[in-house]
Amino acid sequence: MSDLLRSYLTIAIFSGAAIFMAGMMLGIARVLRPRHPNREKLIAYESGVDPVGGEWVQSQVRYYIFAVLFVLFDVEAVFLFPWAVRLETYGGFGLVEMIVFIGILALGLAYAWRKGVLRWS
Amino acid sequence: MVAQNIIFGFIASIVALSAFRTVTTRNIVHAALYLVAVLAGLGALYVMLTAEFVATTQFLVYIGAVMVLFLFGIMLTRAPLGHLDDLTGKQWPVALGVATTLGAVLIYALVDAFHAAELPTDPVIYRTADVGDSVFSTYLIPFEAVSVLLLAALIGAVVLARKD
Amino acid sequence: MLGDPLFRNGVDWGDFAVMGVKVVVAFVLLLVATMFMVWFERKFIADMQNRIGPNVAGPWGILQTFADGVKFFFKEDLRPANADPLVFRLAPYISAVTAFLAFSIVPIGGVFRDGEADTGTVTLFGKVTYLQVADPPIGILLLLAVSSIAVYGVMLAGWSSGSKYPLLGSVRASAQAISYEAALGMSVVAVVLLAGSLSTHDITAGQAGGVRTWYVLSAGIVPFVIFLIAATAELNRPPFDLVEAEQELVGGFHTEYSSIRFALFFLAEFMNVVTMSAIMVTLFFGGPAGPVLFGMTWFWPTVWFFAKVLVFLAMFIWFRATLPRLRYDQLMNLGWKVLIPLALGWLLVRATILQVDEGTIDPVIAIIVGILAAGACFLLFTAALTAGDRAYERDQALQEQALQEQALQERAVQDQALQERAVQEQAVQEREGSR
Repeated sequence: MSDLLRSYLTIAIFSGAAIFMAGMMLGIARVLRPRHPNREKLIAYESGVDPVGGEWVQSQVRYYIFAVLFVLFDVEAVFLFPWAVRLETYGGFGLVEMIVFIGILALGLAYAWRKGVLRWS
Repeated sequence: MVAQNIIFGFIASIVALSAFRTVTTRNIVHAALYLVAVLAGLGALYVMLTAEFVATTQFLVYIGAVMVLFLFGIMLTRAPLGHLDDLTGKQWPVALGVATTLGAVLIYALVDAFHAAELPTDPVIYRTADVGDSVFSTYLIPFEAVSVLLLAALIGAVVLARKD
Repeated sequence: MLGDPLFRNGVDWGDFAVMGVKVVVAFVLLLVATMFMVWFERKFIADMQNRIGPNVAGPWGILQTFADGVKFFFKEDLRPANADPLVFRLAPYISAVTAFLAFSIVPIGGVFRDGEADTGTVTLFGKVTYLQVADPPIGILLLLAVSSIAVYGVMLAGWSSGSKYPLLGSVRASAQAISYEAALGMSVVAVVLLAGSLSTHDITAGQAGGVRTWYVLSAGIVPFVIFLIAATAELNRPPFDLVEAEQELVGGFHTEYSSIRFALFFLAEFMNVVTMSAIMVTLFFGGPAGPVLFGMTWFWPTVWFFAKVLVFLAMFIWFRATLPRLRYDQLMNLGWKVLIPLALGWLLVRATILQVDEGTIDPVIAIIVGILAAGACFLLFTAALTAGDRAYERDQALQEQALQEQALQERAVQDQALQERAVQEQAVQEREGSR
């Protein structure tokens, strides 16, 4: 096993400890807590009245647009990191490459802005 | 190496099982979740191949962004709790055939390319800087093309979402 | 780029012991800090609002969190009848585990000296190691990866509850989280640019040369401000706590959760506050950097580190006491129209300055091109803004017109109906009169 895998092994142990703790808390609570369910208690909360209609509501399309925008900028961020680590080596040309990349994506943002999809109304 | 093999087997079986459940489950959000499990498992396998930047990209872009987009899309259309009976399309035998053929071809290609090649016991570690070096020199044109592709995707989404 | 010296020459049982100790210590520290934060928030905000706050359990009520925690164990755990049983149980785990994970990359101590190759190490059981759970080379990206997984905890909790308020709350919450995650990532890039590394240990080591080298100053204050705002939004802390705006959404995504499952969400929320503060100290405020006053050299850095974290915790509470909640449209505007363009623009400016410093670009050319580019960007975005506004106003006007026309039509139809009826009545009356 290389150095690298060992540091991930530590992270795995850490998350294992976290899972164990959460599981333990739930386990202890299961033993201690009372359990008297009845029909009224198990109705979904809707400000004290009986739920109206189904339990699922359709969400709006604007959330979807923001998710698309996020994909765009997430991919951009992923490219930014290796660039930032090595900019010293790439010099001025590397800077220009990134300016072009960001410029094209900024056009996308400007377009979305222009079309008013960034407006939450 | 033994420990690595065991971990690989464990992760790979999780990935295979989740992939199977993705297509067989009768709840669409569950299917998305199984797909997340598949992607996360692949990310873990990338870490084991010491390609950690690729693994992080897998988590950041695929799980963090693309699957969230999927989930938003599902919430936008139809995501009831419980089972749906009309999720299985009529063409499923055809899809199964295509998938099996594709899988067979891929397996054949991989086996043919690598034969009995073994992973090096102390592999070269591809760090973020190495990825950067290839992206910003050898693959510069594809890199800039990616931005245009992303732009096109965004414009498409905006046009779809707006009526005018 | 060396990595933790602990793993350098093979690994034996001693190394595993060190690993175990580090995991346990970090775990306990994080839990204690979280419980402290819950108490501290209540006490501090009580002071700010001229109240007393918790004062019964223990001295100054410091055991209040513990008492509340114990109480959770004795509460009935309810799951709505139409909830999704599996996902409902899974969601709190995702939230809790991701909250823990991000802390593993934070260096919580060690004396960092400027220019040394292997700085910031401590000796545990005769083993030299870093005082952080793990130092993967991708370091800070782990934070971003973990926070993108944390979105699932919220989203699934809301969906699986089988109830409307949690579903609305969770969609809102995840949209907010992803909106600010982009800005968060881009503000980190400025730090990575200066450190030349993603590893949190290297980032800390890069700030060892005194306050002037802390990235809050040397990266320009902008990335820190963006990070602070984006982090506050990621944490759903006031003034960005729309997710659990109780006036409109009850409890948000965890409305249907009770007992210890709710406690896990609650714990994760406060744990994230502590972790985010620690990350901010690491990225921008030199981590454990500070003067060694007397005696034990390994002791002081940890003290400085936690002192700085405490300042940030107090700041988050201060935000809550001072600032009113944003509206959702303001939130989205701030994220997409201010923070992201600003982060990208500043990144390019900072990168250019860096290049000029290194002499790869002529400063005069850089300034001229920079001014031109900034002007072009300004014009572009102003044009986009005004055009967008105009299109919006036109839409509104059209809609209003359509509504008015509809109203007119409806009234015309009504009038016609009334007239017809009047005519009919008249006809009836005339017929009766003639009879």
